[in-house]
Amino acid sequence: MVADAAPSKLAADRPRGWTSLPLRAWLARRCEALAIPVGAALVGFLLFGLFLAALGKSPLQLVDIVWRGGFGSPFALGNSLQRAAPLLFAALCVALPARLGLVVIGGEGAIVLGGLAAAAAAQPLAGLPALLAVPLMAGAAMLAGAVWIGAVGWLQAYRNVNATISSLLLSYIAIALANHLIEGPLRDPASLNKPSTLPVGDAFMLGPMPVIGVHWGLGCGILACLIAYVLMDRTTLGFAARIAGGNVRAAQIQGLPVGRLIVGFTALGGAFAALAGYFEVAAVQGNANGTLAAGYGYTGILVAFLARQNPLAIMPVAFLLGGIEASSGLIQRRMQLPDATVLVLEGLLFLVVLLSETLYGRFKPFNPHLWAEKREAVPA
Amino acid sequence: MSDDLGLWSVPLAILGGAIRVSTPFLFVSLGETITERSGRINLGLEGTLVFGAMSAYATAVLTNSPWAGVAVAGLAGGLFGLLHGYICKFPKVNDVAIGIALMLFGTGLAFFFGKPFIQPPAPPLPAIPFGAWSDLPQVQAALRVNVLFLAGAALSVALWWGFRNTKAGLILRVVGDSADAARALGYDVDRVRLVATGFGGVLAGIGGSYLSLYYPGSWNEGISSGQGLMAVALVIFARWNPLACFGAALLFGGAGALGPALQSVGVSQGYYLFYAAPYVLTLVLLIATSSPDRALAGAPGELSLSK
Repeated sequence: MVADAAPSKLAADRPRGWTSLPLRAWLARRCEALAIPVGAALVGFLLFGLFLAALGKSPLQLVDIVWRGGFGSPFALGNSLQRAAPLLFAALCVALPARLGLVVIGGEGAIVLGGLAAAAAAQPLAGLPALLAVPLMAGAAMLAGAVWIGAVGWLQAYRNVNATISSLLLSYIAIALANHLIEGPLRDPASLNKPSTLPVGDAFMLGPMPVIGVHWGLGCGILACLIAYVLMDRTTLGFAARIAGGNVRAAQIQGLPVGRLIVGFTALGGAFAALAGYFEVAAVQGNANGTLAAGYGYTGILVAFLARQNPLAIMPVAFLLGGIEASSGLIQRRMQLPDATVLVLEGLLFLVVLLSETLYGRFKPFNPHLWAEKREAVPA
Repeated sequence: MSDDLGLWSVPLAILGGAIRVSTPFLFVSLGETITERSGRINLGLEGTLVFGAMSAYATAVLTNSPWAGVAVAGLAGGLFGLLHGYICKFPKVNDVAIGIALMLFGTGLAFFFGKPFIQPPAPPLPAIPFGAWSDLPQVQAALRVNVLFLAGAALSVALWWGFRNTKAGLILRVVGDSADAARALGYDVDRVRLVATGFGGVLAGIGGSYLSLYYPGSWNEGISSGQGLMAVALVIFARWNPLACFGAALLFGGAGALGPALQSVGVSQGYYLFYAAPYVLTLVLLIATSSPDRALAGAPGELSLSK
């Protein structure tokens, strides 16, 4: 990168700074990575406020409701965290393939199949000790998700089929398949009004985490984000994946196994998304039913893009969006707005944050390579 | 001749269904063809389709004129297309991601403003009874062809001819195949793409108006289940050729009609699996027509999808 070459040129006139130049350059880049998305999100909220004001609703009332419904009380906070848990997994299903240059938007299918696989696996496992059966159920879910999204990666890598389109098609197919199985072969005859599979049984259900009282999906989701971060930013494998995502031909010339990297990272993303379904079944619903397709996969896309595909940033963004979605019901009741209000806000945020991509590298304080140009110009 | 056609009613229903269901596919895919020929991909047409359906229905309810609904849907779709085209001109902005965002935004706005219009009925678009010669109700039903379907068919021929034989078609293709060459010739690449995306949005909006004003003929939040996105896949299958889009749209329409057709003769087993038929068909065709080691034949050179 240009920025890394700059310090040697500037070594002579360094004393003016309060800290060493490499550190300042590093800080400047970090600040840019934080300031631009946060600024963009603020602009998005502002635009949404104008939208509401134009309709004669009070934007300040919305802020108040979102605060109270999503963050203001221990109960609201728990509700938001519970909604954030599946978003963490769903966002990883977008962020991991994104590092390889694939836009995967079919996480919803992996969530649904993951939940279904876990519920189906619970039946033959009945009677086993929970310590053995619980990991096997989670494993069944991860396998289903890994195969489903791994297939998207395989099609892209070896058949040149666009991952965005194939993942969405596969997601529709997965939901249809799950509906077929839930209302047909796997249906619990006792479930009359709301078709669902046989319950997984109390022995295999997961309790809440200590202290915060939210189910274990949250803890595992945070762990998954940390694992993804280490894998992506601190291992050779992750480095190879980023090279392949940046320039496929360069990666191939270097002898990197691009195809296997793509399949591996998409499969891992799918396995994570499937865990969202697993926790919905084994910690919330108790069986697999139609509510598995609740749209977490689609919100997860937004989370990943708002976090700029960074696994660490996914955590706060998922928490924020979990809180906004948790206050959706309150927004409808208190402000007499339709339930799609949150969808409009999300779409607007999505657009503004994507548009802000164009700002990177433009602001002088954030970009060390621009500092060098300025100083060279002065002595001449 | 008896009124009971037995199993023959299945292919007949599929034919009728193909004509009925294919129109939105046709309009969206023609719009997307124009956009992609200019070198950009707009995945947001799914959102445009839904917003078009809502705005057409709302306008038809308020003005009592379905054609005013079609016009408003086209206008709204054009605005969405222009928004996409405008945003994508900025450097480092990814057209695929913007499309996904617009899908969400368009759907969200449609649901937001469409809430009050779920109940009231709207006047439908007129259809021409080409099956009047037959006294079989099934044949009559299958051959009731909507005016928009005919307009779409005519448009696909016109576009096919226009891409080859008009100056505008040539400029569009140059911009799509090589932005550098177009700049060297003195054309404003961003402006051509803006217009092409806007026009694509107009067609997708009109496709949406067909959904709410003719078939299924009502406005609700489940009105489109990915037709806009399947149409994008259909464009790839049709190799960016408007005439092939027409054939592909009919094929997809037929696949979409398979589930309801089988259900009408009493096959209820595996209903959900038949419902998935269009998606499976799309995927299979995409796989079959893709090649591992070369870019797709006929793909515009600037398209990020095929690079």
